[in-house]
Amino acid sequence: MSKVTRFASRDPGISARVSGFMAHLRENGFHLGVSETDTALNALSHVSCGDPAQSRLALKSVCAGCADDVARFDELFDSFWMNEGRVRQKIMQTEQTSSPKHTRSSREDKEAQSGAAGKTHSPESDDGDGESYSEGTGKLIASSVKNLMKKDLRELVSPEDIREAEQVAIRLGRALRDRRSRRRRAARKGAQIDFRRTIRRSLATGGEPLSLAKRHRPDRPVRITALCDVSGSMMNYARPFLAFLAGLMRADSDADAYLFHTRLVRITEALRDDDPLRALNRITLLADGFGGGSKIGGNLDQFSKSYARRFVDGRSVVIILSDGYDSEAPEVLDAALARIRKRGCKIIWLNPLKGWDGYEPVAKGMAAALPHLDLFAASNTLADLAKLETELARL
Amino acid sequence: MTWETLKDALAGEGYVASNDLAMALHIAMSLGRPLLLEGAAGVGKTEIARTLAAVEGTELIRLQCYEGLDASQAIYEWNYQRQLLAIRAAAEDGQSGRSVEQRLFSEEFLLERPLLQAIRRDTPPVLLIDEIDRADEEFEAYLLEVLSDFQISIPELGTIKAKSRPIVILTANGTRDLSDALRRRCMYAYVDYPSRETELAILASRCPGIEAHLGRQIVSFVQSVRKEELEKVPGVAEMLDFAAALAGLGINDLTEDPTALEASLSTLLKTQADRDNLPIEVAQRIAGKAA
Repeated sequence: MSKVTRFASRDPGISARVSGFMAHLRENGFHLGVSETDTALNALSHVSCGDPAQSRLALKSVCAGCADDVARFDELFDSFWMNEGRVRQKIMQTEQTSSPKHTRSSREDKEAQSGAAGKTHSPESDDGDGESYSEGTGKLIASSVKNLMKKDLRELVSPEDIREAEQVAIRLGRALRDRRSRRRRAARKGAQIDFRRTIRRSLATGGEPLSLAKRHRPDRPVRITALCDVSGSMMNYARPFLAFLAGLMRADSDADAYLFHTRLVRITEALRDDDPLRALNRITLLADGFGGGSKIGGNLDQFSKSYARRFVDGRSVVIILSDGYDSEAPEVLDAALARIRKRGCKIIWLNPLKGWDGYEPVAKGMAAALPHLDLFAASNTLADLAKLETELARL
Repeated sequence: MTWETLKDALAGEGYVASNDLAMALHIAMSLGRPLLLEGAAGVGKTEIARTLAAVEGTELIRLQCYEGLDASQAIYEWNYQRQLLAIRAAAEDGQSGRSVEQRLFSEEFLLERPLLQAIRRDTPPVLLIDEIDRADEEFEAYLLEVLSDFQISIPELGTIKAKSRPIVILTANGTRDLSDALRRRCMYAYVDYPSRETELAILASRCPGIEAHLGRQIVSFVQSVRKEELEKVPGVAEMLDFAAALAGLGINDLTEDPTALEASLSTLLKTQADRDNLPIEVAQRIAGKAA
């Protein structure tokens, strides 16, 4: 497996190969521009690039930009340079033997890898209709993406909905202003004296600081993180909520969005797509298991341990859109919310059922969640969401 | 200098770097680009800058970021108190307004902050911008400008160009997501918790007094503790404290004295919840396995 890829003899040379590699990384979701190709070539000139181990490390430091990239880089490097790339169309679902043990590889030997059994290179065996049957475009892929479609979101949400939701989202974003910025700006009125400007002005009056320039703390927008439950029981309400999420993403470049059913999916990137319809299409691809069971506790727990650590801080407002019917023990939800809360954020739970007459939060999950919430409100439609403006301003 | 010699030089100063890190550092220095280091707290991100400064024989200039960090703390500030006094003195001497202004906004009254210091040194220093994700987006944007042009403009003085390009190291904990623009400008390395062998090497070079048997126990113990469900996973610094504590208590074997083990645990577990998660019975069991 780890033979070095043989390039065609008409291949023009190293720079073409490196730019080919960059294109390969880009196709796999790395954010790389032309200047990175240049940097990569430069970097290779500072190591002995005949040695795969060194080139691997050098290219990694140039191309990877975050921890996720680092984790995926080795696989992508192998698929391009080490002849491990698989062309999608050609893969047949056959039993493949595990890779031989004594092949040379330029990968860093980590205990976890060498200690464990060798990995087998068979197409994903857990889902039968994986990449092997799909009619791909024949590009090199390093890992498979599960794209089982169950529901098409485009049937649920129209572009008009999104436009309307955008307005609502902008208003809500405005209502949620944080007033605790620590940075100070020059202003006519303020608590602190702006020495720099005061001295400058005092020169005009012979060194007497007659007019005092002031500084104040400006308002800061908060960061909205929305988690939308799209399990079976929520299907009827998915339409306004998804439109709201899409609108929110377009209105507020700091906002963050997730879907959850049995799994948690981050849809921020997908929703930022310039074309609203294509954005929805991309979520549909991500939302495998849409309308399935609900594991609120488990998902929030996962959220609190992964994304929340990066994206939620004291300036965040976490909005959870869910009916609170959880198939798991309420303790899980309780602990997860407590952990999220500890990051210093505000938590808002919007429950479509609360709008019903005589609704009591008796679902065990909901009851467990209540003590952690800053606001627990009803919301069935976009109009309901819009009405939240005043309540949010009070937070 | 090749990356292997760099790695050896770092090891000589007591920093055992992974291949990833050594290579990233080598490339960043060869290309004159900043290096962005990410990783959990306590894996030695800050330490690498200190060690590098020692290896290169230059000064380390450190800028600790925090929310609200602004130009007057990061770049330069005028010394207002002295300016006020100078204005007074000038008024008594009857100097002209123009010459006073010339003097007030001269180098004499300029307070250099880390970024300005770093670009005005004759020999390139190591500039450590620590926990960049704590600073806000405005500062990040400004930093981008400084890092690409290596020049700073002060309205009263004009543009100050770098005499030498500092070796820039940025660290981030993942408090906030950094902008793509900043990531793109930097070389990148993710610093993970060290592997068993690396950690043994670190312990041996930092606490040479600890005998091999206890050293192995300590490292195995800490590596197993990291796999437990903890809020704050102990880093390398905590491991070293733990070792120092045990050495201070005169322990030769982790399993021999549960009270001492419990006492030393406070160097590893820094929150109440973590202490509850890892009661002494569990700690003893882990220590028993590590033995």
